Amino acid sequence: MAVTVRIPTALRRVTQGQGEVQIEASTIAELIENLEKEFPGIKERLVDENGEIRKFVNFFVNDEDIRFLEGKDTKLKDGDVVAIIPAIAGGK
Amino acid sequence: MSFQFTEEQIKRYSRHIILPEVGGKGQEKLLNSKVLVIGAGGLGSPALYYLAAAGVGTIGIVDFDVVDFSNLQRQILHNTSRVGKPKVESAKMTLEELNPDVNVIAHNERIHKGNVLDIIKDYDVVLDGSDNFPTRFLVNDACYFLDKPLVSAAILRFEGQLTTFDYRNKEESPCYRCLFPEPPPPGLVPSCQEAGLLGVVGGIMGTLQANEALKLILDIGEPLVGKLLIFDALGTEFNVVKLRKDKKCPLCGENPVIKELIEYDQESCDIRF
Repeated sequence: MAVTVRIPTALRRVTQGQGEVQIEASTIAELIENLEKEFPGIKERLVDENGEIRKFVNFFVNDEDIRFLEGKDTKLKDGDVVAIIPAIAGGK
Repeated sequence: MSFQFTEEQIKRYSRHIILPEVGGKGQEKLLNSKVLVIGAGGLGSPALYYLAAAGVGTIGIVDFDVVDFSNLQRQILHNTSRVGKPKVESAKMTLEELNPDVNVIAHNERIHKGNVLDIIKDYDVVLDGSDNFPTRFLVNDACYFLDKPLVSAAILRFEGQLTTFDYRNKEESPCYRCLFPEPPPPGLVPSCQEAGLLGVVGGIMGTLQANEALKLILDIGEPLVGKLLIFDALGTEFNVVKLRKDKKCPLCGENPVIKELIEYDQESCDIRF
């Protein structure tokens, strides 16, 4: 089951510049593991040492924040679009 | 008594006045409105430029920096001859030259816990174009406590984010902390200079901030409340995701723990990725 993952520009260094990647996963937790297999180093940017999603990183599945779904256990189905959105603060 | 436009004003604002959604009444609203812009930089420049052109009658600008050559790639209010001058002064000069109807108030100071409420309290709408998390959290909390609508944008590399928090309607509107409960830890944060920015991204997002402000003042259209707009300059793509009010939010949730202003100690502007 492949889902489309939108990568923020700040993370594209890890994805060799790709802004959208296709990943097989049935939950967000699995998605993070499979992203790590494909793009080593991405996981630590998304989750903390306890495995929790960092507070300044949000995951949206089809435009809905996973914190209002089932968090890391949020189920994914073929064709879903997952957006990873980190807090940014630049303005100048 | 109805508002009296001068001949020059009727010409200047004619493209607004002929829009049924704006009209003379709307233009009068704009001339009577007060908008505060935090930061006269990459976002603040285009936002301020368009707000002044639109005839927003009172425009406040908060910034404590001076114009640097490295700003001129995107901060279009400033120019080469102003290098070394305070940004608020340079901005004021540009805006007053564009539109003498506008009263520009220069707040040449760093915003902090002690002055933020005082600076914000007299304005109708606040635009955040600052370049660091501590200011963003401080401005958010202050707007929340003062019931001021906040148009928040941020830019980094090739990406922009935009949303509006309408704190005149706290029951409905999510807040910045619903989206990001707290700033990233300082260890994870380098300076903005290291991250880089395509200048035009500020132009696009700052202009969208001005658009939000004008809609709020005119009370037309739909403000971007409960939605986060993401712009990707490389793909030329806009995406919108839903923002929800978080019951567990430390500021606006059911059991808020933040009841007064907090000052975070951190200089930098983005997370290391």
